[in-house]
Amino acid sequence: MMDFINFYLIPGITLGSIYALGAVGVSMIFGILRFAHFAHGDLMTVGAYFALSAVWLLGIPALAAIPIAMALTCLVALFADRAFYKPLRQLPTIYTVIASFGVALIFRSVIQLLWGTESQVYSVGFQKPIVLFDSLRIATRHIQIIAATAVITVALNWFLHHTQMGKTMRAVSDDPALASVAGLDPEKTIRWTWIIGAGLAAIAGVFVGLDTDVHTMMGWNLLLPMFAAALLGGIGKPLGAIAGGLIIGIAEEICTYPILGESLISPSYKSAVAFVIMLLILIFRPRGLFKGRLL
Amino acid sequence: MSNKILDVQNLTAGYGKQAIIENINTNVSDQQIVVIVGPNGAGKSTLLKSVFGLNNRMDGDITFHGQSIFTAKTSELVPMGISAVPQSHNVFPTLTVEENLDVGTFAAPPQDKKATKSKILDLFPDLKDKLGQQAGELSGGQRQMVAVGRALMSEPKLILLDEPTAGLSPAYLEVIFDLLLQVRDSGVAILMVEQNAKQALRIADYAYVLVNGKNAYEGTGAKLLQDDEVRKSFLGGGAPQ
Amino acid sequence: MELSGMLFYLVSFLIMGGIYSVICLALNMQWGFGGLFNAGIAGFYAVGAYSAAIITSANSANHVGGFDLPIVVGLIVAGILSGIVGWAIARICVRLKADYLAMASIGIAEIIRLAVINEEWLTNGSLGVSRIPRPLEDFFTGRESELVFFIFVWIIVAITFWVAHRLYKSPWGRVMRAIRDNEAAAESVGKDVQSFRIQSFVIGAIFMGVAGALSAHYFKFFSPDATEPLLITFLAWVMLIAGGSGNNKGAVAGALIIWAIWSMTEIITQQLPPDWATRSSYIRMLLIGLFLQFVLQRFRAGLFPEKAPKLNVKSHG
Ligand SMILES: Nc1ncnc2c1ncn2[C@@H]1O[C@H](COP(=O)(O)OP(=O)(O)O)[C@@H](O)[C@H]1O
Ligand SMILES: [Mg+2]
Repeated sequence: MMDFINFYLIPGITLGSIYALGAVGVSMIFGILRFAHFAHGDLMTVGAYFALSAVWLLGIPALAAIPIAMALTCLVALFADRAFYKPLRQLPTIYTVIASFGVALIFRSVIQLLWGTESQVYSVGFQKPIVLFDSLRIATRHIQIIAATAVITVALNWFLHHTQMGKTMRAVSDDPALASVAGLDPEKTIRWTWIIGAGLAAIAGVFVGLDTDVHTMMGWNLLLPMFAAALLGGIGKPLGAIAGGLIIGIAEEICTYPILGESLISPSYKSAVAFVIMLLILIFRPRGLFKGRLL
Repeated sequence: MSNKILDVQNLTAGYGKQAIIENINTNVSDQQIVVIVGPNGAGKSTLLKSVFGLNNRMDGDITFHGQSIFTAKTSELVPMGISAVPQSHNVFPTLTVEENLDVGTFAAPPQDKKATKSKILDLFPDLKDKLGQQAGELSGGQRQMVAVGRALMSEPKLILLDEPTAGLSPAYLEVIFDLLLQVRDSGVAILMVEQNAKQALRIADYAYVLVNGKNAYEGTGAKLLQDDEVRKSFLGGGAPQ
Repeated sequence: MELSGMLFYLVSFLIMGGIYSVICLALNMQWGFGGLFNAGIAGFYAVGAYSAAIITSANSANHVGGFDLPIVVGLIVAGILSGIVGWAIARICVRLKADYLAMASIGIAEIIRLAVINEEWLTNGSLGVSRIPRPLEDFFTGRESELVFFIFVWIIVAITFWVAHRLYKSPWGRVMRAIRDNEAAAESVGKDVQSFRIQSFVIGAIFMGVAGALSAHYFKFFSPDATEPLLITFLAWVMLIAGGSGNNKGAVAGALIIWAIWSMTEIITQQLPPDWATRSSYIRMLLIGLFLQFVLQRFRAGLFPEKAPKLNVKSHG
């Protein structure tokens, strides 16, 4: 039992937290700009590499580099929106999807050019896990990631329900036509969507780097579970996306847990779990668990 | 006629390059309910949309308090004192009633938000115990109240309503019209499109009949109700009531 | 000698250009006609390539198969298997907006990639399948064999073009294109249109599988590296949009032109100093990414713009 918690459940929640932070942005962009943002995974990679540079140049720990990474990643996202997505705003959104597919490639190739393709780590050395109640072992980085995600969830909930911009974003996500009838400024809302989405993506990227390592494909590889999480939570429901991320992260780990000596699936097929969940949602509940909207 | 606040002069407007309404003239004065009636597809919604900057204005002029708003965007009109309620999808379904009202203040914050809100809730007492409920779960009539309430939250001088009674039961229709009279008396002018022409003309201070994108008849509500031609063509015939 | 070297280069250019033409025509059936966004072309391509490889290659101790069957049988099986995968995914997604299909197709490509790498009994894992035959190999060797293969590929291109053309001209094809760009109308379409969309997606998937099979025969060896999404999925998209989506001639022209540009950038980047040469592939990726943005913003109709079908669909008021 403790093995299950130590080696499957806690890593699952950690992984789920990372998916959750990425999926919030995907879900908000879905809700407000109405397209599947294929460059979101690579935006996470961008954040992770900014933090890496800050760690190298300033000699600070990765967690302290997060604000820098967030700020720079926001700028990158705002620039990408201005240069590549805004010119296509009046067209069917699928053109923006195609553009974002290309932006993913642009992000990745620039990273490969500037930082190279070798895997990197924020810090070398082994952190001893913290032992609680004799047998509960949690790695420090897992505590940090899970706690930070919990704090962000509370803050996001407060932002969405108690600030003018939060309510505006929910209103635009509900009905963009009515939002413009109400005189709300769509471009300002879109800017804030990128700021929050990119900020959280940067955090998620740094967390991936903390948990494993930093490499140029890290974000692209997370795109599928993030999309699945956003769909599971319901499009335009950022808090649903957090729940969706956690569910998928935990499900991926649990599916590899050897029940009766035999795990449900081979660990090499972990990312198939997200895909299967995505297909099940599309078949049975296209609006997700929390009644999101259909695109 | 008293103080003219909205003056639509020889307006031609439509979607893309296609003109739907041509050479339309419409006036709204202070403290007036002005009603636009006409057959389906006549261009009534199109007229409201072009006043509110939601489609393509092509020719003519629109002035508000004497100032041309012919090229003004929607987001500029709300702070100037015009709000609108579309024909359908006019509440934010997953926002609560209170949040729907709040959204009405974002583009043009009123002097005292709390006071405005309580004034509006006095007008629509039905909403008072529904403030925390999602607007999408309300009945049709209550949704219309939320929609009109949201439009009033920016303390506009003029509101544009597109078929506020569409789909409502006759009983509720009376309630809504009664409320609109109160709104007018509180100092807000109303330009409104209505399908329920007979009842609407009864509360109208002035009215226009739109046919095929053109002005066909106009006059006070009472006059149009008496007009044989209008009655036969647009009010389903019958004797004047 | 010089001349025959050039000719040889041209033939191998046209072989790859032909394979990409098949992919682009297939993508055009899905996207150009039906507005169905497929972001997992590499997956269908891989299914086709591996099916053909396993069925036609000689017996091997490293993986299943080595059935040594004729190449035509391989092509047919490649198309059928790829079509079945396409059918399954289209069934689920076709009633939803294009974005959902895009996400699901990324997923299917990912799963196929995982399977190819992990199921060593089937695919020999990352080592790949080798000794895949080319047509008429017993009679022609070396450059002659290239020439034969070039003819073979372009016969397939012609068949694909003919099928795409038939689809385009069919009455349903017109309706499809008319509603494609009108999301409101697309949502309200009936079951018949949905089944036509599934059909065009499946036919597209079949030909993507066939294209994969062709490339397996051409290289005589196929490993997971060859299904790199960048080279297949992404280039195909750039080709189709640059050529003119909705137009079959545009699809072929786009494939050839972009493949020419892509090949030329390789020649150019090979001239770079050594420490840059290692980065050249990233520079090419960056350039193709930027090129796509340019095409989307300035050149959306492509080289051969589609002649819009005349059919008035009312939008919602
Ligand atoms: N968004 C739009 N785009 C193009 N044409 C439209 C649009 N909305 C309405 N129309 C057309 O304008 C005409 C008038 O419509 P509308 O103003 O909604 O009529 P009414 O409100 O009087 O019933 C109709 O022929 C309709 O098809
Ligand atoms: Mg109307």
